[in-house]
Amino acid sequence: MLILQTLVLGAAHGHTIAHLIEHRSEAVLQVEHGSLYPALHRIEDRGWIASFWGTSENNRKARYYRLTRTGRKQLATHTDRWQQLIRAIGRILQPSNE
Amino acid sequence: MRLWRYFRRKHWDREREAEIQVHLQIETDEFIGRGMSPEEARHAARRKLGNVTRIREEIHEMNSLGFLETLGQDVRYALRMLRLNPGFTLVAVLSLALGIGANTAIFQLLDAVRLRSLPVAKPAELYEVKVVSPKGRSGHFPNRYPRMTNAIWEQIRDHQQAFSSMFAWGDSQFDLSKGGRARPADGIWVTGDYFRTLGVSPLLGRVISADDDRRGCAPVAVISYAFWQREFGGAPSAVGSNLSLNTRPVEIVGITPPSFTGIDVGHRFDVAVPVCSEPVFSGKDNNLEMRWAWWLAAIGRLKPGWTLQRANAHLEAMAKSVFEAALPQNFDTERKERFLSASLKTEPAALGLSELRDTYENPLWLLIAIAGVVLLIACANLANLLLARATAREKEVAVRLAIGGSRGRLVRQFLTESLLLSLLGAACGVLLARVLSQALVAFLTTSQQNIFLDLRMSVTVLLFAGSLAVFTCVVFGLLPALRATQIVPAAVMKAGGRGLTSGRERFTLQRGLVTAQVALSLVLLFSALLFVRTFHKLSTLNAGFQTDGILVVSLDGQRAGYTPEQWLVVHRQLLERVQSTPGVDRAARAENFPMSGGWYNDNVSAADGDKAKPEAKSSYFTMQSPGFFDVMGIPLLSGRDFTDSDTAHAPLVAIVNQAFARTIFGTPNVLGRRFVKRDGVRSASQTFEVVGIVSDMKITSLRADDEMMAFVPDTQVAAAPLSQTVVLHSGLPLRDVMSGVLHAVAEVSPAISVDFSVFKTRIQETLVPESLMATLSGFFGLLAGVLAVIGLYGVISYMVAQRRNEIGIRIALGAGRRSILSMVLRGAGKLIVAGLVVGTVLALLGARAASSLLFGLRPYDPATLIAAVVLLAGVSFLAAAVPARRAARLEPMKALRDE
Repeated sequence: MLILQTLVLGAAHGHTIAHLIEHRSEAVLQVEHGSLYPALHRIEDRGWIASFWGTSENNRKARYYRLTRTGRKQLATHTDRWQQLIRAIGRILQPSNE
Repeated sequence: MRLWRYFRRKHWDREREAEIQVHLQIETDEFIGRGMSPEEARHAARRKLGNVTRIREEIHEMNSLGFLETLGQDVRYALRMLRLNPGFTLVAVLSLALGIGANTAIFQLLDAVRLRSLPVAKPAELYEVKVVSPKGRSGHFPNRYPRMTNAIWEQIRDHQQAFSSMFAWGDSQFDLSKGGRARPADGIWVTGDYFRTLGVSPLLGRVISADDDRRGCAPVAVISYAFWQREFGGAPSAVGSNLSLNTRPVEIVGITPPSFTGIDVGHRFDVAVPVCSEPVFSGKDNNLEMRWAWWLAAIGRLKPGWTLQRANAHLEAMAKSVFEAALPQNFDTERKERFLSASLKTEPAALGLSELRDTYENPLWLLIAIAGVVLLIACANLANLLLARATAREKEVAVRLAIGGSRGRLVRQFLTESLLLSLLGAACGVLLARVLSQALVAFLTTSQQNIFLDLRMSVTVLLFAGSLAVFTCVVFGLLPALRATQIVPAAVMKAGGRGLTSGRERFTLQRGLVTAQVALSLVLLFSALLFVRTFHKLSTLNAGFQTDGILVVSLDGQRAGYTPEQWLVVHRQLLERVQSTPGVDRAARAENFPMSGGWYNDNVSAADGDKAKPEAKSSYFTMQSPGFFDVMGIPLLSGRDFTDSDTAHAPLVAIVNQAFARTIFGTPNVLGRRFVKRDGVRSASQTFEVVGIVSDMKITSLRADDEMMAFVPDTQVAAAPLSQTVVLHSGLPLRDVMSGVLHAVAEVSPAISVDFSVFKTRIQETLVPESLMATLSGFFGLLAGVLAVIGLYGVISYMVAQRRNEIGIRIALGAGRRSILSMVLRGAGKLIVAGLVVGTVLALLGARAASSLLFGLRPYDPATLIAAVVLLAGVSFLAAAVPARRAARLEPMKALRDE
């Protein structure tokens, strides 16, 4: 889901995706970069993202990923479900506010 | 998607690898940008990324289909193992190839004669109509399928409603030559709807149709593709040209396609000629008009909606009127009654008619069972080899189990190895089967009969070979695989190969296998001995005549255009010429001779004055010229041979054999006695005086006993049949005599066609089924015995090797060599005796299946059984003695030092 979210704004390559996740979560989610690739592979296999070889900002050939249509739908449903889950957990943790 | 990825997994591995490298470079660049040294930067980037190989593995696994992946690994591993043990692989593949090849070859024959339908349109709709005559039939039976007479066929054809179309058919031999040496061709007589009912359309020209099938028709010929290729080289001009059939020119009107070889499985036809033209070839006494000539078989296509039961009921209902209308008026009352008591029935004919099937189906099933047992014994040997190897690989297995290999996975890998072996064996076996099945057909082919079978590798045959491969793999592979992986790793590693009793239960399995091998090979050895003895008895029995140096010369005067009266004169000249041919000692005319086929019998009773046995008995009759008994070496016990003074005007005389004298007169000395012959077919009777007695002989079959035989001089019979046989004896090689005889006949008339056959060969060929059983079962029995003995030797050697330490200690502690020897032999003896006991029981049970194929032996013949047991026991003990002696000669110090 996090990977999909990073791709909403446009195609990116593995390195960028790893850094984006790290930055946006304000370094809370310190993912081992390595585990990103099996994840990318799996998502691509499911057809949520597509990949192509492109040239990076510093002129290196890199593999770029972009969201596919199914990927976008998946992202929407997953985000919804995630937010429901968060709200539910939040309500359980702060019951006195009601 | 997954599958596609699976086959591209190498590509994906490279892709991801490249991608990760790019990631590392970018990361490194960034670290350098932050001021690290390139070296430090690279390390930092790597640390941050994690284990690259692990990542690749993870992705690789995602791309894999677990089963396929491990299968590929297993196959590669198995191939490596097989390559590492070339000796084992060779033995295994060879023995499986032999076993599977033999089974497949026999199955190919069974497939061709028993399982495969005729290659015609919708064969399942074809049914044969048969005459059921529980009281027997009388008349003339000229060919292989004498099922009905033409009169019966015409009645059925005109009155039946069960079949949408029907045809009658009969086999025949034509002579293609115009005189001189005969050139036989396999002919068939067909009615007008033969080709239409079978749905066979011509390759060229046209086929015989209803228009060709009118009474009094002129013959036309449709030839088969094979004959067209053979005789005309496939030239299209063959259609419209003339073929000489029995010296008559017959126009070829069409050629059948290559797939159609006729409906007689085992024989293919060369020429098809309309039934209605038979009188053109046979003259006055033709089968078409003769109501007691059984020479046709009828087959029809059942109408849609008709069941077998309904058709049978319909045929039964019409049978009475059919037989009344087709009754031969000249039959005597008894024969008429028998004829009228017959009925009609129908049965499926999708497989075609096959005399070959009738003769060989049972022997073939028995042979495939025998070959199957040989394969089982070979499998048991392989299982033993694999068990021994499993022990050798015990540590490897223990390590693999200890580091987390699952048992199922290991079993699968062992089985992959076995499957590979059995598939290799099956592949070689199928190649071998092609040769073997051809050899089998060649074995069955005789000088009198050309056997033709379509032996292509049908899907059924390949499936059979494939399932044999899987079956053998399970039989020899599964137990060792299960046994090999059924170990406690810790125990194995701790034991370090020591331990005197650890292999106890492993031995049990091997002992069981060897016992089974001995038992099964005893069964095969016993049956082989039964068949070999049967063949030996039949081929050496005193048949009552000589076989050496006798040539059978068939002369056909009818084809040369003689009338019966002319032929009588010509035939006398022919015999004189043949007798004076250089190299010919003796020669005689004979209507029939032993095993010639074409025998007929008539009712005989002692004539008035002999009150002892008045009731009629059936005896064989045949005519010959003086000198016949001399040529055939049949001893004349008393009285005289025929002479030239036994003419048509002299009193009728006969020479009878001992069986005839015993049965008709009840006494051996019957010279001068008289008997009456009643010809029930023509309702005539004649009285003969016995002028000579000959000893008994085999007449119709070597298996027959006490056949009654009466010989009469052909000079006393008014109308001799037109084709006649001359038998001659020569001390020279018979091949050399033939040209002289051909020359002599040509001097009388070049139009007479001549055919030769060597009498000895003909007699031997009546034993082809017995010879087949004896040869093949003998071979298989020998093979089984050898395999079992090898198996026994292997297991005893292995057990001795495993007990090396124990034996060494025993010797060191003072056990005598003799006691070691007897200890090992006692162990082996237990196995052998157990196997022999089980084998004896099985052999006695199984021999019943063979009883109908035996001669002069009971299926539980004790002498044969004892011989088989003693033979097998002797060889087995010898095989066990070798490792036993090795054990007894063991140097105790050496054995213990090896620890």
